[in-house]
Amino acid sequence: MAALTPTASAAPHDSTPKDGSRTVRARRPRRRVWRGVVLGLAGVYFVVPLLASFVFTVHTPGQGVSFDAYTGILSADGFTQSLFLSLGLAAATIALVLLLTVPALIAVRLGAPRLRSVVEVVCMLPLVVPPIALVSGITTVLRWGPDHLSTTPLYQTFIAVQNESFPLMLVFAYTVLALPFVYRSLDAGLSAINVTTLVEAARNCGARVPYTVLRVILPNLRSALASASFLTLALVLGEYTIAALLGFRPFAVWIVSISGSEAQTSVAVSLLSLLITWLLLLVLSRVGARTGGGAGAATAGSAAGAPSASSTPSASSAAKE
Amino acid sequence: MSTQTLPAPGAADGTRRRRRAPRAWLGTLPLLVFAGLCFGLPVGALLYGAVTHKEPGRATSLTGENITTTLHGAYLNSLTGSVELSALTALVGTVLGMLIAQAVVTSRGGALRESVLTASGVLANFGGIPLAFAFVATLGISGVVTQLVHLDTLGWNLYSFTGLSVIYLYFLVPLMVLISVPALDGLRPQWREAAQNAGATDGQFWRHVGLPVLAPTLLGGFVLLFGSAFAAYATAAALVGGSVPLVTLKIADALSGNVQVGQENVALALSLDMIVIAGLVMAVYLPLQRRSTRWLH
Repeated sequence: MAALTPTASAAPHDSTPKDGSRTVRARRPRRRVWRGVVLGLAGVYFVVPLLASFVFTVHTPGQGVSFDAYTGILSADGFTQSLFLSLGLAAATIALVLLLTVPALIAVRLGAPRLRSVVEVVCMLPLVVPPIALVSGITTVLRWGPDHLSTTPLYQTFIAVQNESFPLMLVFAYTVLALPFVYRSLDAGLSAINVTTLVEAARNCGARVPYTVLRVILPNLRSALASASFLTLALVLGEYTIAALLGFRPFAVWIVSISGSEAQTSVAVSLLSLLITWLLLLVLSRVGARTGGGAGAATAGSAAGAPSASSTPSASSAAKE
Repeated sequence: MSTQTLPAPGAADGTRRRRRAPRAWLGTLPLLVFAGLCFGLPVGALLYGAVTHKEPGRATSLTGENITTTLHGAYLNSLTGSVELSALTALVGTVLGMLIAQAVVTSRGGALRESVLTASGVLANFGGIPLAFAFVATLGISGVVTQLVHLDTLGWNLYSFTGLSVIYLYFLVPLMVLISVPALDGLRPQWREAAQNAGATDGQFWRHVGLPVLAPTLLGGFVLLFGSAFAAYATAAALVGGSVPLVTLKIADALSGNVQVGQENVALALSLDMIVIAGLVMAVYLPLQRRSTRWLH
């Protein structure tokens, strides 16, 4: 998907002026009406739920307007605990997924091209397994613990990964879910730089392999790493299925648990999470714009927004749901 | 890229590469081991459970019974319910997303284009639990719009097939916009001019040039939307509970022990059904994506 995005920045420049050529002009008024109607209806459909949600959180029929739903979030029971659990899980997942994929992808490009398709298949396979199916598999495996392994030392491992305060099992599951998106993002980043040449140049200058990777390759991958981390962060913060079914209580599960008693707070938190996603996306497109540089500087913002955007939704659909 | 550049330095480089190769191979090892343990093991357990029968006190035996069970009665209903909902929302989402993308691409304002793309990126992300609650606040029983327009007297019910479709479209349409904008950009204006010079009408242009070129993108987008809707669980779980038959809800029920004992393996068989359907979806999607990439560059 990321491979498609370069056109997004290049095309408007050569398409827009030509659209204004004489042959097209005759039809423009009708087309403008059509376009206005489509965009107008879409705008209504996408804005009304957001506005209505906001009204819902600040206005109670018969009681007037109050911002208690927002001011009360911080003190809401379990909010900080679940949020910090989610953030901690996200940090651990990002670290783990990058530690696994970055060396593998660099290795594949440098010295083991034959493993390339193996790594690709391994990274893309989780797309075929919906989270709910993955969690049913995980539950089955975890049941082996008490059923068959209670006399072996492995049992302790099973207990440890299900620790309530920091469930490593979730980190592992989220890493699996994040693999396809991280792979795509990093693969696109690595394709954009010529790894072999860079490494050979660095080694001719006397640099060792670890130094080359840390100081030559990784800085060139900054925007790919940023977008991979962002995707993973968004995925972990929003993930509900696996956490809920394994019985843990990170952020998304917490929102559901308060929705019954504090409907306004749950909607307020939902809106805030949208706002945070939006801010993260903006930050990411800034990072991309700075590293993008070069000829397309003017459109770098939109171009950087597009790749992240085009891969993010798949992250949400595969994982959040 | 590496396969093309590596042989170039010539034979002198050969010995160095041969020495480096075994160590490079080690770089992929952690990933492969991890995937085997945390992905292969659960999926293997799932497959094994789906085709075996287990009763306390008796030996585990191989059986096709679980799979057969999932293709009958309420389980089959949930499967077809999921497929229907996903197909419908994916179809509507593909058409609407394409129309919006076309409106954005043909408009001249760069600001409009950029804001629509950013908004799509955010909204396509706005899935799961938060989305469900935003819609409860909007169109639920005591939702703002429901109260304002008195939708409930018109027979509106968010907690239904239609309601769920309306919600799903909220993230499917932006997803389709993101997919189709680059493809529509790839439709060269020269093609349209050439068609017009040859005397073609707008309809003829779309029928003979535009749609055939866009077909892989459209189909690939449809399939991706289908997969997203099909795998969705959180929104439906937060919203409808059991009122709409969906396979994900059935699996969750079975996993949390809401069915009779001995049916856990049916949940695994249902999961296997899902994997098969999702696998078919991906088998269609990946080649299409590759093809559309080739066409439009």
